[in-house]
Amino acid sequence: MKPKTAIFVLITLALLGLGFYQGMYAAPTEQTMGDIQRIFYYHVPSAWTAFLLFFVNFVASVMYLIWKSPRTDAWAVASAEVGVVFCTVVLITGPLWAKPVWGIWWTWDARLTSTLVLWLIYVSYLVMRRFSEGQQTATLAAALAVFGFLDVPIVYMSIRWWRTQHPQPVIGGGANSGLAPEMWPPLLFNWLAFSCLAALVVWMRYSLARAEQELEHQYAVRSLEGRDEMETQLKRAR
Amino acid sequence: MSGGFYAITRANLEKDLRLEWRSKDALNAMGFFALLVVVIFAMSFDPSAEESRRIVGGIFWVAFLFAAIVALNQTWAREMRNQVLDAYRVSAAPASALFFSKVLGNFLFVGLIELLVSPLFVVFYNVRSIGPVWQLAVVFFLGTWALVANGTFFAALSLRTRNREVMLPLLLFPISIPALLAMVQATTNILSGEYSPDMWIKLLAGYDVVFTIAGLLMFEVVLNAE
Repeated sequence: MKPKTAIFVLITLALLGLGFYQGMYAAPTEQTMGDIQRIFYYHVPSAWTAFLLFFVNFVASVMYLIWKSPRTDAWAVASAEVGVVFCTVVLITGPLWAKPVWGIWWTWDARLTSTLVLWLIYVSYLVMRRFSEGQQTATLAAALAVFGFLDVPIVYMSIRWWRTQHPQPVIGGGANSGLAPEMWPPLLFNWLAFSCLAALVVWMRYSLARAEQELEHQYAVRSLEGRDEMETQLKRAR
Repeated sequence: MSGGFYAITRANLEKDLRLEWRSKDALNAMGFFALLVVVIFAMSFDPSAEESRRIVGGIFWVAFLFAAIVALNQTWAREMRNQVLDAYRVSAAPASALFFSKVLGNFLFVGLIELLVSPLFVVFYNVRSIGPVWQLAVVFFLGTWALVANGTFFAALSLRTRNREVMLPLLLFPISIPALLAMVQATTNILSGEYSPDMWIKLLAGYDVVFTIAGLLMFEVVLNAE
């Protein structure tokens, strides 16, 4: 590990620890929900991080369609994969909270359904990448990413008209909404920690994607030069 | 100029219609598939007239979403034989014209099957619409367009993947969820006559406009992906 990466890993770990302490001990217990509300400090930062990563995926995909640079494709795949992971965390922590508070695991409410549809779209993106081969994968995936992103506002509108049960936006909602001031630090620390964690994993996945691209390139060059055949013949001759 | 958008769209569409008229591959497969889904759902739910009004919208569009996959998968497979698609790629004809003709063709095929199969809903489900029937025609038009516009695009996309036939629904269904929701809600609202379907029809129209434009603009990228 390079020193810079090591420092970043340490910072991320420290932030995660601080966020955990803030969320589990420092934050006040919520009046009606009790300790269950503390899952909020993981649920909401995961959601913000996932949406941010999907946005990164869209930007990288558009950039790929314009410049055809393998780097942007590596960014696209890395952000989509990590985004799906964080979105999965959102979809798991949501029902864990909902069961004791709402009395049900799942409901077809606007935000829940939108998040689920978003998750489905990006999983289909990853499935497509898996089933496609060669250079075209990047282009096809970028086209799909653009379609998926265009769908997001339509999904959100359609489902908001269909149902709404999620707690009304706590942050910037109405007059009586709003977090207790003591709840802000744990939320923001966790968000910072999750963003750093996401950045770290995306960076690792990006490096891996670049290595894979390099490997593929080497294979292509080799087969063009016919070097593989020469080597096997040489081995046989020995 | 011999390669205008309109001329090429028309030539392609005529060719596809003629091929389909002679073989009837897509129509037969799709029609029989839709019939099977309608019969199986009718037997599974055995609904009363009142229940029918609530569930028929969903059954109708799910049946045609599945049935359309059959036609959509054949759309481009036909062009793979004798490298027709490669020939198209090197020609100067605009890619969007090819895409548009395929969307129109699929729209006609799926629409025709919908017309033929919908009377069965009256027979098996005993449906009578409380709201105005002409609104149903609008929803049929916009809903079918939503399915085939994206379906044709994703069929071209999945053509380049391994096991392409499986790939198409995996790509098409997630993106189509809002459109499907709008079609089903609009149809149910018209049939039950309780709520206005206007909002859903507008959403469907918006969806059609966004994805038709996106398809026309992006098709060249997919066609030439190497």
